[in-house]
Amino acid sequence: MASIPLNECCYRLNHLDKSWDIETYMANGGYEVWKKVLAGELTPQEIIDEVKASNIRGRGGAGFPTGLKWSFMNRYAPGPKYILCNSDEGEPGTFKDRDILRYNPHQLVEGMMIAGYVIGANTGYNYIRGEFWEPYKRFDQAVQQAYEAGLLGKNILGSGWDFDLYTHLGAGAYICGEETALIESIEGKKGQPRFKPPFPASFGLYGRPTTINNTETLASIPMILAKGGKWFADLGVPGAGGTKIFSVSGHVEKPGNYEIRMGTPFKDLLALAGGVWKGRKLKAVIPGGSSTAVLPAEKALEMNMDYDSIAKAGSFLGAGSVIIMDETTDMVKALDRLTWFYYEESCGQCTPCREGTGWMHRVVHRIYTGKGRPEDIDMLKDVSGKIMGRVICGLGDAAAIPVASFLEHFEHEFRHYIEHGCSIYDRA
Amino acid sequence: MKDTDFKVIKGEVKERIDRWISHYPADQRQSAVMPALRIVQEVNGGYLTPELMDEVAAYLGMQPAAVYEVATFYSMYEHQPVGKHKICVCHNISCLLRDVDDLIEYLKEKLGVDIGEVTPDGRFSIKKVECLGACGEAPVAMIGKEYYGNLTRERLDELLESLE
Ligand SMILES: NC(=O)C1=CN([C@@H]2O[C@H](COP(=O)(O)OP(=O)(O)OC[C@H]3O[C@@H](n4cnc5c(N)ncnc54)[C@H](O)[C@@H]3O)[C@@H](O)[C@H]2O)C=CC1
Ligand SMILES: Cc1cc2nc3c(=O)[nH]c(=O)nc-3n(C[C@H](O)[C@H](O)[C@H](O)COP(=O)(O)O)c2cc1C
Ligand code: SF4
Ligand code: FES
Repeated sequence: MASIPLNECCYRLNHLDKSWDIETYMANGGYEVWKKVLAGELTPQEIIDEVKASNIRGRGGAGFPTGLKWSFMNRYAPGPKYILCNSDEGEPGTFKDRDILRYNPHQLVEGMMIAGYVIGANTGYNYIRGEFWEPYKRFDQAVQQAYEAGLLGKNILGSGWDFDLYTHLGAGAYICGEETALIESIEGKKGQPRFKPPFPASFGLYGRPTTINNTETLASIPMILAKGGKWFADLGVPGAGGTKIFSVSGHVEKPGNYEIRMGTPFKDLLALAGGVWKGRKLKAVIPGGSSTAVLPAEKALEMNMDYDSIAKAGSFLGAGSVIIMDETTDMVKALDRLTWFYYEESCGQCTPCREGTGWMHRVVHRIYTGKGRPEDIDMLKDVSGKIMGRVICGLGDAAAIPVASFLEHFEHEFRHYIEHGCSIYDRA
Repeated sequence: MKDTDFKVIKGEVKERIDRWISHYPADQRQSAVMPALRIVQEVNGGYLTPELMDEVAAYLGMQPAAVYEVATFYSMYEHQPVGKHKICVCHNISCLLRDVDDLIEYLKEKLGVDIGEVTPDGRFSIKKVECLGACGEAPVAMIGKEYYGNLTRERLDELLESLE
């Protein structure tokens, strides 16, 4: 394995002592871009052009081009507008934003300031999941330090520009990571997604134009502007610029976050994470978080870590959450747990999702507990197919994809349970 | 309700809630319902009561039903007493792959309680939770506001002893 460049963007300071402190950040070029913006040396249009040139796609999972999203906002429209950061990080297998908040919060603060300026928002909220107390404290301290340094507040550095930044803490609900549910949650309601369109760009927080981006997306912005969109684009591949943080978990020797260049071979990422644990063989990989399709080892070992290559292998890059399963993994048990999760987290407002997630979990659980029937496999395929595309938000599809993909690649394990009442490994 | 009628939302608790209210537009007080519920739950020893939710509703100018909706939607709000240390163990996929089920069984045995129950001395309760967003340290539990990763039976033993 050739040596792999690590931590070139969001994690570039993580190795430093007190990397979360404003002094560390400023000693390493922090807030220089923000000062240039305030001095009028970088106009909103120039910023959008650089972000477009960087080829960065949304790191929250959907991969929507960030420069394009920002261009939907009319900065000069009268009335309040908002910039929101999505630090709800709830997708099973994902833990990258937590380390941005803990180790490089100022880069996110600067990214939010710049994004707010571009879209004409004087207020920003970072929505941090309620369980992330330590990351919240770090982020909040960074915000306070930025206020004290005169980089936030009214008439910042004499520029005439005002910007206030706050945190909103969640309280335990996966669905609040869906952007419109997140907005409802900040409005003091339960987190139930809204129909899209209208997209938040036209009807967002308190009904006002709003841009919402993931933590990693926003934290990448200061580096893109400091080093240029082309620099970032060239780190990656044509369909996807930049570095990307991959959270590697499950059966590896060294689980953790690895910020590497887009397009790095999966094999190299696996090697970085110490390889499959206990000297075992790779069985399967979920490449982008629990809502993306599981891939058998052969397909995973051929792919590179970028959108197009993972799509060609049959899955999705998602939030970059790589879940590794070794040759002893009971796929029925794994799917039993995942179907429970989506059933538990469905907000319940669409019938196909509310009923379908419950149904899928009951059937998978029945198979797992040895009470499966031969017709159950077809029923699962049918139900998962009936949810996709018939619901308000992405959670419905997210629930159906694991079921469909586990059956596509590991149907024999489900059949074995149905015929023998136990896993293929119990027979050995 | 007049200010003097609030039994819990007064003094320091009121100040803490007011600080959150000040983060939202003046006509959007209800945006502070989540922090307000978190704060009153904390001062009440870890769970909410109808009286507390009613106070939050009155203080923020919301319908009580709207506050109940929020308080029952999010999983971090409790409606029954919990242990002084609420042990929230993640049982989702990455923790499952690293044998969290064994730990959960061990914990239940050791404490002599089932999921959702409180030990007779009131010190501990166990809750299964979904992915805590720290899967690189699986298996993971959250106790109070702290995360504890790379858990084993031995580490759990030490941890429980260190908690009063
Ligand atoms: N990071 C995490 O913890 C999690 C991430 N996810 C990921 O989330 C993804 C789904 O996210 P969604 O927001 O439902 O996807 P989406 O495709 O609806 O939207 C993506 C983004 O682009 C914007 N957008 C799309 N089309 C637009 C248009 N025509 N005009 C204006 N704006 C437009 C949306 O507002 C949104 O910000 C999944 O693919 C999954 O990988 C899911 C669960 C958790
Ligand atoms: C059920 C569900 C949960 C989601 N959770 C998150 C999340 O925790 N963090 C996140 O950034 N995006 C999450 N998303 C995606 C957001 O809706 C949205 O696409 C994203 O925040 C946009 O930011 P980006 O363009 O920078 O990726 C979720 C989507 C769905 C359907
Ligand atoms: S798809 Fe599911 S989670 Fe999404 S809005 Fe409908 S019921 Fe709620
Ligand atoms: S699966 Fe347990 S912390 Fe993510």
